[in-house]
Amino acid sequence: MEKKEFHIIAETGIHARPATLLVQAASKFNSDITLTYKEKSVNLKSIMGVMSLGVGQNADVTINADGADEADALAAIADAMTKEGLAE
Amino acid sequence: MSEMLKGIAASDGIAAAKAYMLVQPDLSFSESSVEDTEAETKRLDDAVEAAKADLKIIKEKAAANLGADEAEVFEAHLTILSDPELLGNIKDKIVNDKVNAEKALKDVTDMFIAMFEGMTDNAYMQERAGDIRDVAKRVLSHLLGVNLPNPALINEEVVIVAHDLTPSDTAQLDRNFVKGFITDIGGRTSHSAIMSRTLEIPAIVGSGNATSTIKEGQTVIIDGIEGEAIIEPSAEELKKYEGKASDFAKKKAEWEELKDAKTVTANGKQFILGANIGTPKDVAGANDNGAEAVGLFRSEFLYMDASELPSEDDQFEAYKQAVEGMNGKQVVVRTMDIGGDKELPYLPLPEEMNPFLGYRAIRISLDKQDIFRTQLRALLRASNYGRLAIMFPMIATVKEFKDAKAIFEEEKAKFVKAGKPVSDDIEVGMMMEIPAAAMIADKLAKYSDFFSIGTNDLIQYTMAADRGNERVSYLYQPYNPSILRLIKNIIDSSHAEGKWTGMCGEMAGDQIAVPILAGLGLDEFSMSATSILKTRSLMKKLDTDKMKKLAEKAVSECETTEEVISLVKEFTD
Repeated sequence: MEKKEFHIIAETGIHARPATLLVQAASKFNSDITLTYKEKSVNLKSIMGVMSLGVGQNADVTINADGADEADALAAIADAMTKEGLAE
Repeated sequence: MSEMLKGIAASDGIAAAKAYMLVQPDLSFSESSVEDTEAETKRLDDAVEAAKADLKIIKEKAAANLGADEAEVFEAHLTILSDPELLGNIKDKIVNDKVNAEKALKDVTDMFIAMFEGMTDNAYMQERAGDIRDVAKRVLSHLLGVNLPNPALINEEVVIVAHDLTPSDTAQLDRNFVKGFITDIGGRTSHSAIMSRTLEIPAIVGSGNATSTIKEGQTVIIDGIEGEAIIEPSAEELKKYEGKASDFAKKKAEWEELKDAKTVTANGKQFILGANIGTPKDVAGANDNGAEAVGLFRSEFLYMDASELPSEDDQFEAYKQAVEGMNGKQVVVRTMDIGGDKELPYLPLPEEMNPFLGYRAIRISLDKQDIFRTQLRALLRASNYGRLAIMFPMIATVKEFKDAKAIFEEEKAKFVKAGKPVSDDIEVGMMMEIPAAAMIADKLAKYSDFFSIGTNDLIQYTMAADRGNERVSYLYQPYNPSILRLIKNIIDSSHAEGKWTGMCGEMAGDQIAVPILAGLGLDEFSMSATSILKTRSLMKKLDTDKMKKLAEKAVSECETTEEVISLVKEFTD
């Protein structure tokens, strides 16, 4: 299992378009991937789950990946985070 | 026993096929508890897969017919149907609460809908609530084994039965399968009726109760000539209509031969038949149907299909394409006619009690001159590529016309001063759609190069009857002597000044109105492209001397619409 923490800097938090792109990035991998915020975890491959967390600016979130391609998955997600200006 | 439904004939032709009900099915269900949760989960999976299969077809057709943006909505729907959180929650509910799939689906989707709708600070997320609702409906329909119709899913010959057809419905109609349609509401000028003529599909609108009378799968004959539908016809009736259909096909072939002919009456008088177009793409249809001009190019599409005010360059390209496409034939562009029922998201207008009597068309153009001048500059540039004319909508007074014309002249003078080329023979005219203007047509004719009668608004304003209000729709009476008198005054006034008058409302292609209008001396008739050949064929049979007598009688002696109609029949038989 691999895990990485992110500090969300985007003004609107994880919303709409960036959320969709995160989900798309996660869905490319076989590993189980979760997003945890305020002790609540959701499936990062689910747009509904991600949106339901209501992650705002300055939130600290953790992403866990568990599976054969966990390292690649985390790298791809970190990449999407920076590209979308969600986290540094 | 067959049954007959009467409505408004919207598009010529005869069709017979099985009814396809484009109506909301009953999706009510009862909640029940289940023992075999595994089987119930499987039911859910099957319904989700079936819904996905539907959506893939709808998406593909939307991409082909409506464009990538519209198709994206259905892509979003597919994403929702693949969402592990959503499906997982529904399945958990089936297993843990031992409820049927319908109940679990409803509870879970309702929860997400409430959550998204609650995000009041985020319009995007609120809209996603609608997506979830649509998707849930489609899955539910498969669970219940009822048909949730969509025009894109039709794959056999049918006659569509609907309350009304929206623009996205009509855009998805496949002419190979959809042989005709009938709706509950609408009139000859409603969107569905105009589209049926463009697509050349026999249609009846405003039947009142087609959706409650006709049942899925019943055989229905659509007689778009008479505006009659026969439900479950007898063999005899079917035969009769087959004969009628082949007669109509013969007639159509005859009309086809008039495509390149001039419009000449039996006694040798010539008229111009033009097409009304909405975008430069429609020029092809105008030419295919033998249009001798474009009598109305509605410039609104440039404003309505955009997310901001269209630039001078964008407008120029559109106007240039239209005048070039018409190859030397006149194209009359109507300047921006926004307001009334046409709104622009990026140009918010104050809410009004009576938008049709409010801030619209030339009233906006004269007030927001930067928008108006941009449009005029684009038109001036396009004038170098063909025969362009300009007309202003909703002119009520001489001053309004003079003001608008003065702005045009100012912009034109700037072109000349800067040495930029501009055509020297741009005719500048006006729409005749306000009774006040019709009453002083003699004064306006001194300044306006031509008049174009917009009958839809002229009738609405003369009768003081909202044309969208069904309770007063009986007052939409194009042949009423009051309307004919206004039209006569407009035409006579223009001729007295050596000018011409056209008509660009639906009335110009109306087979009852044409003989009267020809008798009144209307110079140009502009209509839906598909009505042109039929009208040219009718014109061939008319004698204008006789029609002049008909028109005089209709204007001076008739008291009612009915009297006018029977008079026309008497004179043309």
